[in-house]
Amino acid sequence: MARALITLPASAKRGEAIEIRTLIAHPMETGYRPGEDGRIVPRDLIRRLSCHYNDELVFSAEMFPATSANPFVSFYTLALASGTLRFTWEGDNGFLQTESRSISVT
Amino acid sequence: MNRTRRKIIHAGASLGVIGWARAVTAAEGGVEIALALAIKQYVGDAVVRAGKVKLDVAELVENGNTVPLSVAVDSPMTATDHVKSIAIFNERNPQRDVIRFALGPRSGRALVATRIRLATSQKLVAIAQLSDGSYWSHSADVIVTLAACVES
Repeated sequence: MARALITLPASAKRGEAIEIRTLIAHPMETGYRPGEDGRIVPRDLIRRLSCHYNDELVFSAEMFPATSANPFVSFYTLALASGTLRFTWEGDNGFLQTESRSISVT
Repeated sequence: MNRTRRKIIHAGASLGVIGWARAVTAAEGGVEIALALAIKQYVGDAVVRAGKVKLDVAELVENGNTVPLSVAVDSPMTATDHVKSIAIFNERNPQRDVIRFALGPRSGRALVATRIRLATSQKLVAIAQLSDGSYWSHSADVIVTLAACVES
């Protein structure tokens, strides 16, 4: 499991746009870079980040080699109900990681 | 004999310069065409207008391996008028695509941020697709002192 950091407020007012910041430890190997032996290091990327709010898809990002290592993405979403936000990263070589955070909406 | 040789060398040299200049112009054109093609793949036949989008990135970056940037779109983000997606393109990395975001009325605010790699000094373009099908863009030029991709 890669280390993932997710920052979001623990509670919010209904209808408020909250900022969510995500970061996951991953080399994001571009497939263009020579390694120490001079050979090109094979491509190994996270391709997609998606965020489900109470099982409804509210945001996704598609990543390419130009996205930095340990990809950081921040975005906003409307706090509409208390519940769970599920974050999923999918990538090359079967990379799949899911993290959940709960939020209470008043 | 000597004079002829000089003339030949001189002629060759100027031809060389012209050839090099042509190659450079062609390469510059190629860069722009590749960027335009990548954008066309994203927007299709729609017209991309300047405005509404603000691509915020430092003009001068020291480290091309991690360049922070943010894109904000002027939109009320309602069910009838919102940003559907935002894409960022570059001019001179090995690949034109940088990252794409899918948003919707549930986003509340059209503001995204990330960190990207830049292989060299170049132009970046951010394009937003609105719910009415229109496309808006903003571009920024970035000077990079330490490039990504080449260092191991």
